[in-house]
Amino acid sequence: MNAAAAPEIEAVAPHGAVRIARTWAALGSVEDPEIPGVNVVDLGLIRFVAPQSDGSLEVGLSPTYTGCPATEVIRRLVEGALAGAAVGSFRIKSVLAPAWSSDWITPEGRRKLADYGIVPPDHSSSDLRDLRRGNRPVACPRCHSTQTETVSEFGSTPCKALHRCCACREPFEYFKCI
Amino acid sequence: MRVQDDDLFRYVLRLGDLSLVLGQRLGEWVAHAPALEEDLGLANIALDLIGQARLLLGYAGEIEGRGRDEDAIAFLREHGDYMNPTLAEQPNGDFGQTVVRQVLIDAFQLDLYERLISSADDRLAAVAAKAVKETRYHLRYSGGWLVRLGDGTAESHTRVQSALERLWPYTGELFAEDDVDRAMTDRGIAPGLAEVQKGWKSRIDLLLAEATLEHPRDQPYSWFGKHGHHSEHLGYMLADMQYLQRTYPGARW
Repeated sequence: MNAAAAPEIEAVAPHGAVRIARTWAALGSVEDPEIPGVNVVDLGLIRFVAPQSDGSLEVGLSPTYTGCPATEVIRRLVEGALAGAAVGSFRIKSVLAPAWSSDWITPEGRRKLADYGIVPPDHSSSDLRDLRRGNRPVACPRCHSTQTETVSEFGSTPCKALHRCCACREPFEYFKCI
Repeated sequence: MRVQDDDLFRYVLRLGDLSLVLGQRLGEWVAHAPALEEDLGLANIALDLIGQARLLLGYAGEIEGRGRDEDAIAFLREHGDYMNPTLAEQPNGDFGQTVVRQVLIDAFQLDLYERLISSADDRLAAVAAKAVKETRYHLRYSGGWLVRLGDGTAESHTRVQSALERLWPYTGELFAEDDVDRAMTDRGIAPGLAEVQKGWKSRIDLLLAEATLEHPRDQPYSWFGKHGHHSEHLGYMLADMQYLQRTYPGARW
């Protein structure tokens, strides 16, 4: 990298609160590649946006599941969005601890998931009832019947399980509670 | 050349290889499972395990300090350099045997990760905190199937009972402490394996009872995968797994 060019970039990059706000706005435009309409901020994947003493911004990003193939795609999309928003120099830090939890999906994110036809996690992951095996019924997103059954604990992506409504007979996806 | 922290390096390799080898085995089910849902389930668990292996083997490479990354460690090591317990490499067999192997290892990993969360090693603690949630879910799946098959038809019961008899002798190795394990425990990095065994046993006993399966008799253990001495099955698996990287070194896509 050309050292002489660095001050120039800094000169055009926004500072302080404007820069942070612009960064969050750019992050809010990055949709999950597997769940269109739901962005990475909604899902609680962005852990922090922190200006560093060297003038760069550090953005903390968490994977949902350690092996989720979307993790790398998301990272590239985030890099692209931040570069496009001209927020100055930045780096993305992968944050493993504390581990991401479905509790961090925002109310807005839960609404968007439901709109898309994916039932959001129905309770907190710290719910002690979860320690017992067996499922509590999940309401069907279409007819709201609680007469539903689990077809598979694992669905089309690591974060979802497959259910079926016994009333309207439609299959649907449920965002796993972890 | 000796690795600076050889004990930690070996310990992390054991954890990473356990996840890698088991994940690779489960991957063999893709497009062959008895039903689409089980295909998805096994593939998803495989994916979580490979994800854990990436984090652990990447960390092992850093500890080693010779510039090997996760891929170099996963794809370019020899048979005897793998440190997974021998149970992980046992063939899939029928679906029942895969379920039994999975239950035995899920319960082990769950107990281990639950304790590793408070490890003195921050990196291991972080990986464990992430992996424990996934592993809990894995055991829910494998344990659910163990109960259904064990308490199912005469045929399914017989099959899982014989898989259990077949795989049980390999479980002794999971809890056989050696110098590496003791060094890790002394440094507050890893839990004592006797402790892990207690937790594992109580989970397994409950599941076996619910599945109406008979508890196999414990035998003196005679497997040393943790030291790189494996059963014949690992070599065949590695030949498949490493073929591409060895034929086209550095291939990317």
